[in-house]
Amino acid sequence: MPSNPANAGNLHSLPWPDQYAALAKQARTPLLKAFYEAGCVDPETPISDAPLVALDFETTGLDPSQHSIVSVGVVPFTLNAIELNHCWHQVVRPALPLHQTSITIHGITHSDIDEAPDLGEVLDRLFSFLNGRIPVVHYRDIERPFLDVALQWRLGEGIRFPVLDTMAIEAHLHPDRRPSRWQRLMGKKPVSIRLADSRARYGLPHYASHNALIDALATSELLQAQIWHHFSPDTPVRDLWL
Amino acid sequence: MQPELIDIRNHMAQFPPFDEMPEALLDQVVESIEIQYFRAGTTILEFGAANTWLYYIRSGAVEVFRRSGELYSRLGEGEIFGQFGLLMHKKTRFPAKALEDTLVYRIPDTIFQFLFENDENFADFVEIEDRSRLRSALSRREKSNDLMTSRVTRLISRAVVSAPSTVRLQEAARIMTDQGVSALLLMDETGDTPKLHGIITDRDLRTRAVTEALPSETPISDIMSEDLITIRANSFIFEAMLTMLHNNVHHLPVMDRDEVRGVIALSDIVKYESQSSLYLVSNIYQQTNVKGLKRISLGVRDTFVRMVNEDANSHMIGSAMAGIGRSFTQRLLELGEEQLGPPPIPYCFMALGSMARDEQLVVTDQDNAMILDDSYVPEEHDPYFLALAKFVSDGLAECGYKYCTGDIMATNPKWRQPLAVWKRYFTDWIENPRADALLNSNIFFDLDGIHGHTEFAESLKTLVAEKASHSQRFLTLLARNALNRTPPLGFFRTFVLEEDGQHRKTFNLKRRGTAPVSDLIRVHALACGSRAQNSFDRLQAIGKTKLLLDDDLGNLRDALEFISIVRIRHQALAIEADREPDNNVRPEDLSPFERSHLKDAFQVVSNAQKFLRFRYNAQVGRNAQ
Repeated sequence: MPSNPANAGNLHSLPWPDQYAALAKQARTPLLKAFYEAGCVDPETPISDAPLVALDFETTGLDPSQHSIVSVGVVPFTLNAIELNHCWHQVVRPALPLHQTSITIHGITHSDIDEAPDLGEVLDRLFSFLNGRIPVVHYRDIERPFLDVALQWRLGEGIRFPVLDTMAIEAHLHPDRRPSRWQRLMGKKPVSIRLADSRARYGLPHYASHNALIDALATSELLQAQIWHHFSPDTPVRDLWL
Repeated sequence: MQPELIDIRNHMAQFPPFDEMPEALLDQVVESIEIQYFRAGTTILEFGAANTWLYYIRSGAVEVFRRSGELYSRLGEGEIFGQFGLLMHKKTRFPAKALEDTLVYRIPDTIFQFLFENDENFADFVEIEDRSRLRSALSRREKSNDLMTSRVTRLISRAVVSAPSTVRLQEAARIMTDQGVSALLLMDETGDTPKLHGIITDRDLRTRAVTEALPSETPISDIMSEDLITIRANSFIFEAMLTMLHNNVHHLPVMDRDEVRGVIALSDIVKYESQSSLYLVSNIYQQTNVKGLKRISLGVRDTFVRMVNEDANSHMIGSAMAGIGRSFTQRLLELGEEQLGPPPIPYCFMALGSMARDEQLVVTDQDNAMILDDSYVPEEHDPYFLALAKFVSDGLAECGYKYCTGDIMATNPKWRQPLAVWKRYFTDWIENPRADALLNSNIFFDLDGIHGHTEFAESLKTLVAEKASHSQRFLTLLARNALNRTPPLGFFRTFVLEEDGQHRKTFNLKRRGTAPVSDLIRVHALACGSRAQNSFDRLQAIGKTKLLLDDDLGNLRDALEFISIVRIRHQALAIEADREPDNNVRPEDLSPFERSHLKDAFQVVSNAQKFLRFRYNAQVGRNAQ
C-alpha cells in the first residue's frame, strides 16, 4: 500500500531492494526513512543467511480500517536460531473501544489496556526489531495492512515491505486441502492450515497460552520446520517472500 | 523473562534438573535460550566439533552415540544432552542425531557453567550422568514411564522388508543379508493388496534350514511361521514387551489395520531399555547348560526389584516374571531334548497356576505337567519323558523355582499323561465334582502350553470353556472352595492377624489377599465360558457377559491391583534389605496410606465373596454331598 499512488505502478514492479531505496528517498518521517535505509536483502540471498523477524499482532477484529492492534509480539531469528533474549512483547491501547469478544480471545483486559501506551509511543522500539529484517507472519492479511493503517493514522504515511507467510506456504503445499463433496463422501478430511494445526504436522509442540509473543514464536518455529522439510538452506528468499 | 514465555518455563519446570531450580534462576535460563528445529535424520552434534550449548529436547527424540558409532542412549521430551562436551574441552564427545522431527532449546555455555557452579542439584544431575552413567531415581522413573507411555512405532527404524511368500529359501536369505535384517515378512500377493502371510527369522534359518540341510530351492512357505503374533501400531512398548515374553517370539510385525507398518525385534526393545526384563530373557536363550542358567537366575530378583522401583504395575511385573519363568522352562526343555535326543512322540509342556495366569512373583513353586500324544505307549515312551521331566524340574529347582510341595509336576506320573487321559481328568473334575478333589485340582484350571505341541493345551482350554459353564454343581463347589480363604478384615475394619506360629501378628497377603481374588475371578470366568487365564483378562471377559456390574468389576480390578502391588513392594523391600522375601506383612510396616487402602480393597473382596456365595448357591455347610 504505497503512500504515493502517483508512481505506485512503477514502484511496485521494482525488486524489493530497489523499492526500499526509492521509498527511502520519498519517506518523510525519520522512522520510515531509517527503516527503508536499513535496506532489504538481495532477493538471491539464501534463506539461511537472511535476518528474519516473526511478527504477530493481536487485534480487535479482522478489518484494519475498523479494528485496532491490542498487542505486538516480535521474535528476531534466523533459520538456525531463535533467540529468546531478543524477543519483545507489548500491549498497546487500541484507538477503538475493546469488545468483550476480543477480551475472551486474547485475555487482555481493560485494565491492562488502560495502563498501556499508544502504539505511536513504542514505534521506535518496534522498528528497532524490524529494520534490516524480513518480517515473517502467519497469514499476511493482518500484520502488514494493520501496521500500514496504524502508521498512516499516526505518521501520515504508510509502509511497504515483503513478508514470508507461513500460512501461504502451507496453502501452497496443500492445494487440495478443501475436499470436494465427492472426496468428503469418500472420507477425505480437509487439511487445516491454521497455525496450531500446521505446527502439529511438523511435530512442533502445542502451546497452551495464546498471546502475540507465543504466536510470533510459534510462527518462527514453523518457518524453520517448513524450510527443513520442503526447501533447503540455500533457497533464495525471492522464492519465498510475497 | 517475558511473562508471555511462561509456556516455556512451565515445560522445563516439569523435568529434572530444572524441576528443582528456583523460579528466578529458571527465568534466567529461559531468557538465554535459543530455539532450533531439526528434521528427523539430521545431525545435531558431530563428533569432535566445537560445542558451546547444552541441548534441551522440547519435542521429538534424539539419539546420542558413542564415539564408535554405537547407540549410547535415546532421549525424549524434557531430556538434555551436550553436557559431556561442555564439561570437557567444549568438544562434542557424544554425537547426536534427531530421530524424530525435534525442537531443541539451546542453553549457552556461560549459563551452563553458572548453573554448574551455583545450583548443586543441577551440578549433581549433569555430573552423575557423566561420571557413572547412573541415572538419578527421578530420571530412571522417567525412563520406565517411557516404556509405558511410548508407542511401539517409535521403535520402527526402517521401512518394511518383505518378499512374496512364493520365493525360495536362497532368495529369502539373500534379501535378508542384503537388507541387513533379522526377519523377513512374507506376503500373500494373490489378492488385490498384499497380505501378511508369514515371517522367517535368522533363528528359523539357523534352526530349520541349516541344521536340517534343506535345499536352497525349498519354497520359503514350507518353513516360514504362519498365524503370526502381531501388535497394533498404537500399542505401548511395554505391551510389545509382554507380548514377546508371553509368546516367546523375538519379532513382532506392527500392524495398522491390515497394513504392516514395520517390524520390531526383541533387540530393539533391549536397546531402548537395556534394563528391561527382556534383556534377561534374551540372555536365557544364550545359555548352553544348567550352570549358565543358574548364574542368570541370580539376576531375576534384581530385575524384579528394578521393575518395582520403576513403578511398573502388577500386571507388568507378573507378566514379566512369568515370562522369565517360561523362558527358563523352555530353555531347559531345549537343553533336555538336546541331551536326550528328539522326543519319540509329540508332547506339550504345560505351565499351571500363577505362571499360566501371568501373575508370577519371586517366591514361587514350579507347577507343571506334560500332555503326551495319544500314540503314547508307556513302556516304550515313558522313560524318555520321565527323564526329560526330571531334567527340567531339577533345572528349575537350581534356578530358584522350588519343587511343588503338592507334587504337581511333570515328574509325577499322574501329571504326565496322554491327551485323552487329560481330557478324562478334566471331564471328571467338571461333571462329577467332589469338593476335596476339586481343592487339589483348582490349579489345573489355570493352564497354558509353553513348549512343544501347545495345541494340546489349547484343546484342554476349549474343553474346560465348553463344559464348565454347564455344570452348576461344579461351579457351586468351586465357588465354595473359593470362599475357604477370606480377607483378613474384622468386623470393625481392623486387620485380623495370625495368632500363633512363626508368622504371629502378621497377615498373609497371598493366602488371604491375592489368592481369594483370583479364585473368585476364576469361578466367574469359567461360568462365562472364558478361555482367558490372566485375572485381569478374565475380568474383561466377565464384563462382556454382564455377569458382574461394571462398578463391581472396576472395584475388583482395583482391589486386585492394590493388594498385588503392596505384596510386590513388600517382597522387593525384603530383597533390598537382604531378607528372604515372603507374603507375611505386619500392619505396622505399612504406610497409613497403604493400610487404609488395603482395608478398602479387602472390603471389596469380602463383598465379592458374598456375591459369589449367593450367585452359585455356595453356602458353606449346605448343598454338601
